Amino acid sequence: MNMESMYQEIILDHYKNPHGRGLREPFDAESFQVNPTCGDEVTLRVAVADDKVSDVSYEGQGCSISQASTSVLTDLVTGRSVEEALSTMDAFVEMIQSRGTVEPDEDVLEDGIAFAGVAKYPARVKCALLGWMAFKDAVSRVEGAAR
Amino acid sequence: MTTTAASLDSPIDIETIRKDFPILSRLVHGDKPLVYLDNAATSQKPRQVIDSIVSYYEQHNANVHRGIHTLAEEATALYEGARDKVAQFINAPSRDEVVFTKNSSEAMNLIARVLGEAGPGFRVGPGDEIVITEMEHHSNIVPWHMLAERTGATVKWFTITDDGRLDLSTLDSVITERTKIVSMVHVSNLLGTINPVEQVIARARQVGALVLLDASQSAPHLPLDVTALGADFVAFTGHKMLGPTGIGVLWGRLDLLQELPPFLGGGEMIEIVTMEKSTFAQPPHKFEAGTPPIAEAVGLGAAVDYLTAVGMDRIAAHEHALTAYALDALSAVPGVRIIGPPTAEDRVAEISFTLEGVHPHDVGQILDELGIAVRVGHHCARPAVIHYGIPATTRASFYLYNTTAEADALVKGLAQVKKVFG
Repeated sequence: MNMESMYQEIILDHYKNPHGRGLREPFDAESFQVNPTCGDEVTLRVAVADDKVSDVSYEGQGCSISQASTSVLTDLVTGRSVEEALSTMDAFVEMIQSRGTVEPDEDVLEDGIAFAGVAKYPARVKCALLGWMAFKDAVSRVEGAAR
Repeated sequence: MTTTAASLDSPIDIETIRKDFPILSRLVHGDKPLVYLDNAATSQKPRQVIDSIVSYYEQHNANVHRGIHTLAEEATALYEGARDKVAQFINAPSRDEVVFTKNSSEAMNLIARVLGEAGPGFRVGPGDEIVITEMEHHSNIVPWHMLAERTGATVKWFTITDDGRLDLSTLDSVITERTKIVSMVHVSNLLGTINPVEQVIARARQVGALVLLDASQSAPHLPLDVTALGADFVAFTGHKMLGPTGIGVLWGRLDLLQELPPFLGGGEMIEIVTMEKSTFAQPPHKFEAGTPPIAEAVGLGAAVDYLTAVGMDRIAAHEHALTAYALDALSAVPGVRIIGPPTAEDRVAEISFTLEGVHPHDVGQILDELGIAVRVGHHCARPAVIHYGIPATTRASFYLYNTTAEADALVKGLAQVKKVFG
């Protein structure tokens, strides 16, 4: 069945046992994002030290796709340079918005490749991007404050 | 177990009715028969409605109320004929009380807009109060927020009880001498509750407040008699009652429609226009600026004919039986929590529920893969959803063409959902 290509084991694992969940101190910027059509929401904090993402913490509620995607995000960006994290984000966004035409690079996206199937469901693209939009917003706030 | 509609002793011949709806025989995701349970969002259309629109465009298309040629006269007769049909369908005292709008939202925005601009007596201003309920669709909340913002009036509301009913114990303190308008939903799109509007209308009468009913979810499913209801305005939309999108209805008492100022300005709605000023047509044209949705009105007329031929009493009885059946079946599923009245009493077959441990989006996605169309989310009634301490629900909403077998398919689908997320 098609749905198995969306609900990959990796996604269900992250949904049931999310990584990095919970709001932590200290942090440099926080972003709250909501999907007004379904009510999914996430509050995400970013801490940056020496141009590195030192911590990402979050709370939220929503479907398996939005929550698992945020869990994968924390794995992919924590400990990386801001620049690396943003380029990983670009790769994830490109894959999700490709309607299934972009072959994901496992070296870059790791568990994130499990979301390739979501790209075929336009109604769920926003779910997969919710946490990433919060991350992007929070990072831009950190950078804005630094300038 | 095979359960057919006949086992419910259904008052309508569902097999024959289903054949009138071409879309009900399509397959989704390859080989899955469509189980359409998203009727509260929009209904499907019978062949008779589709044909009426095709025939309008193929045979009669012209602009209405202008032009003396054959097509213009035919188009006008069809458009105004649709108004007659709707007037009869809702037992309006006069056809001039039926205003065609784009949808329910526009009908309610129309009233909210003109009340801010009306003459003394009806005008909503600083210190006045607007009363709504916690179970409104956003389309009956936001226009009142906007009116309050424009005029300095205050919005108050009735809250809901845990079993999905309006808490009217505060009737006399919520509706007071300061209340100018009470705008409430007749049947909740989230909870399926049929509200005791008579009680609220009676209280509004005591204090001289106007009453607007959002009948978007009642007009399709229950006999609607605006004369008996006794409200001042009633709004509903065509596409939820077998008609096309783009056509809605505002019914209003004629004396009020005559008294209130116009909504949009333009062609159709005027009497005399000079370069200095305009005077306005009588209702209903006063509220129908510009070329109206003619084909859509014709389609709505055909939908009303279809519903009348089946019989609104019989449709209501069929759906009442389906409500009881589906509520029982869903309540028996471990982990299911019904959001709304737990029994079929004063309730329609719009059933919101949550499934423990699985987000409604995920429920809806897996049901879709099985060919079952439901709605998930807050259903444009976020305050009511939040009241129950949940972010969203899954909603299965039935109509005249749905069967108990489809309710069974839904229950079976939930077992599949649990398997994936178990």
